[in-house]
Amino acid sequence: MQHSIWMYLLVMSAVTLAIRILPLTLIRRQIKSRFVRSFLFYVPYITLAVMTFPDILHATQTPISGLLALVVGATLAWFGASLFKVSAFCCVVVFLAERFLV
Amino acid sequence: MVSLNKSGLLRTHGQALQEGIRDGMPIALGYFVVAFTLGIAARNAGLSPFQGFLASFFNNASAGEYAAFTVIAADSPYLEMALITLVANARYLLMSCVLSQRFAPDASIWHRIFVGFDVTDEIFGISAARPAPLDPYYNYGAMSVALPGWSVGTALGIVAGNALPAAAVSALSVALYGMFLAIIIPPARVNRVVGAFVALAFVASFAASTLPVLSELSGGTRTILLTVLLAGIAAVKYPRDE
Repeated sequence: MQHSIWMYLLVMSAVTLAIRILPLTLIRRQIKSRFVRSFLFYVPYITLAVMTFPDILHATQTPISGLLALVVGATLAWFGASLFKVSAFCCVVVFLAERFLV
Repeated sequence: MVSLNKSGLLRTHGQALQEGIRDGMPIALGYFVVAFTLGIAARNAGLSPFQGFLASFFNNASAGEYAAFTVIAADSPYLEMALITLVANARYLLMSCVLSQRFAPDASIWHRIFVGFDVTDEIFGISAARPAPLDPYYNYGAMSVALPGWSVGTALGIVAGNALPAAAVSALSVALYGMFLAIIIPPARVNRVVGAFVALAFVASFAASTLPVLSELSGGTRTILLTVLLAGIAAVKYPRDE
């Protein structure tokens, strides 16, 4: 091994922290542009949706248990269940389903 | 605690701190499990448990760290490490921009730095779901449980390897997705545009994961492309009135 693991850690951490901290510290004022404000409003929902599906199908041992978790979680969230409840029920659904599926 | 109470910090921010810890618990649990498996990749790359702890404490990014560990395992140049980390984590740039608008304009630079330190998919999700202005103590509460869950999980994964049964890993790995659903579904129900674009995002993301060229991109890159595209369309067609 020619490279130092410590140096690798330094490089990766510096890049990650710069990405996370620079916009927050450099953009100090409220952005006036209606387009940018609207864009930033929609980003959280769209990006979390993109990350959820279809990835949830590959996170579990079988795609069916992931799909069940998606349906149960979305239904619970629709009727206003808390963050913790939705999250916990998704886990329980997968655990129970895989006792039959795997 | 008493002195904090006297200074008023807990009186004004205690509630936010508590709520952050509460909402951070499922994150910490999910992180612990994912980090445990990430630790296996770190061990294969030759990291000690302490190095794994540091990598996870300062990066707190699953795909980004996984990609970085493959760079270490391959003994690639430092420049490649910088580029891969940049690409895998670029979506945090977007999230940091969103959060910059949630802060009160006069919020101190230190709060901005410390909140920025741990902008993850999940912590971004729960803090963006709260009404503005953002109370940094909510983020600190969530970070105080999520960050140890992630970094200690990685270290233990390096030590213990495959000790967790597959059924437990599988079940707990949906905790984070469950949380995403709890964040996006309620506003999707209330706001039709958000609802339509959440549905559209599901469809587009599924399509992109199967289409020839797009499916070869990393998950992080696909996430950025689709987010910028769809949020751009939404902002042009359905601009928000303040």
